[in-house]
Amino acid sequence: MPIQRECKIVSKTLMGDGAVYMVLEVGDMVRTTCKGPGQFIHIKCGNSRLLRRPISVCSCMTDEPEDTLAIAFEVRGEGTDWLARREEGDTLDVLGMLGNGFQVDPNGRYLLVGGGIGVPPLRGCAQATMGRSTAILGFRTADKVILHNCFQDECAKVLLATDDGTLGHHGYVDFLLRKELEQDNGFTGVLACGPKPMLKKVAQVAEEFGVPCQVSMEERMGCGVGACLVCSCDMKDGTRKHVCKNGPVFDSKEVDWDA
Amino acid sequence: MPEKKFFYEPEAREIPAVVTPEQVDLSVNLAGMTMKNPIVVASGTFGFGHEYGEFYDLSELGGICVKGLTAQRREGNPAPRIAETPMGILNSVGLQNPGVDAFIATELPFLKQFDLRIIANISGNTPEEYGEMCEKLSAAGVDMIEVNISCPNVKAGGLAYGTKPEMAAEVAAIAKAHASVPVMVKLSPNVTDITEIARAVEGAGADALSLINTLRGMRIDVNTGRPILKMNTGGLSGPAVLPVAIRMVWEVSQAVKIPILGMGGVSKGADAAELMLAGASAVAVGTACFADPYAPLKVRDGLAAIAAKRGCDKVSDLTGKVNPW
Repeated sequence: MPIQRECKIVSKTLMGDGAVYMVLEVGDMVRTTCKGPGQFIHIKCGNSRLLRRPISVCSCMTDEPEDTLAIAFEVRGEGTDWLARREEGDTLDVLGMLGNGFQVDPNGRYLLVGGGIGVPPLRGCAQATMGRSTAILGFRTADKVILHNCFQDECAKVLLATDDGTLGHHGYVDFLLRKELEQDNGFTGVLACGPKPMLKKVAQVAEEFGVPCQVSMEERMGCGVGACLVCSCDMKDGTRKHVCKNGPVFDSKEVDWDA
Repeated sequence: MPEKKFFYEPEAREIPAVVTPEQVDLSVNLAGMTMKNPIVVASGTFGFGHEYGEFYDLSELGGICVKGLTAQRREGNPAPRIAETPMGILNSVGLQNPGVDAFIATELPFLKQFDLRIIANISGNTPEEYGEMCEKLSAAGVDMIEVNISCPNVKAGGLAYGTKPEMAAEVAAIAKAHASVPVMVKLSPNVTDITEIARAVEGAGADALSLINTLRGMRIDVNTGRPILKMNTGGLSGPAVLPVAIRMVWEVSQAVKIPILGMGGVSKGADAAELMLAGASAVAVGTACFADPYAPLKVRDGLAAIAAKRGCDKVSDLTGKVNPW
């Protein structure tokens, strides 16, 4: 059951090229509304913008006197630009925690596949399976790499790919995913977040190797709670589900990748 | 010796009775349907109540216009279905809903647990479909039917019926003939003269009118040259449309005798008061919920405060009290 509250920014860090990492004090939001890694919070970005902005949770924990929650986002438009200009001590109007996250077996060993600003929500999955999972993280270029050190601390292995070859593998994450799956068939599943073309390829590779795959989808959102029905996602069975309420994480086999 | 007078001595004056917001009677009557307060949540912005019902007791509301229903289940339009605009949003959902039978079987029993009026919003592909849905919903026990002849996001029906007086009247007459509860017709602002449609619908027997539906609009991504909405165009709502809604409620209230549910961009008490002064008997809150789930309750409380400040002991005293130049 989500809640709305004013949350204080306790720290703000600039990462890579144009990405921001913020830690918020969120009262009892984590205790009362957290369902697992991969959920999001819906943030009001100033009074002149009517819609809140959905930002995925990077990591969160119950704490005293207030629970804390970290978000990482990229400046994409007016809303996120406003958000990036907030400072430590400022408060944000937050609705959260929303959506259904990844289903993670705490004893499992996963392949965490992230692309760009789709990397942050996977950090919660790394923490939930501390030290056992393998992260495959893709970015456009070396300057865009974020959270590399966090994943190194929290995963058994971290592989990097950049589109331009400036760091790690020159190419896409699905190539590295295929290589890992060829060498090791002991993974519990694939958990992925990133742009839709990337997710489509990741889903194909996972299916080829018969490994279960969960994907976190993105869509332009309205209410964030499932009332307005704008953030639809096409399903294989011809129905349209909603990213905010039914997702953002779906089983890759449910999604209609050709829509 | 006369008493010496200093400066100005005020005369004793009777102070008018002060009405506190708590003392204002918020109940209203919309075409025979009484509501404990004039705040309704607008169709398509509140689903069937489950989601915002997690934030507060739905019995706090006067009523709910449920998500638009059709005879059969509909999946709606492809995404993206929303674009932000200056003080508003465009949407192109396209009436995604489980169908009238599923609503009656699973959603209506949930809503009936609460003390609020249930207004079923319906859209048909043919006049006959409107009639069938009115029959089913009346029998199932909704409090009122809102006939949508103004959805800009579907090809058949919808807006096609809402822009031609004869067709609007035909749909209203069929709905009336098949419904045993009051029938309210939701009007489109995408017309040259809204009073023409309003009069036609009143003439066909409608019990009430709701207005306005969304205004057609469009936005384009300047980097890609592509419209933001997959359907290219959509319906504009939010604070940007409030003045259009007030003007249309004012015009329609002078043209017809049936009551009006006013809506369009309401996000605070003063907005609701303006619509009532313009002639609305009750007010719907929609898009404002996306920014603030508690918006309907804040509008209700703000409206009570304004009524009290004006010395009204009944909120219904505001209806039509605009004093035009």
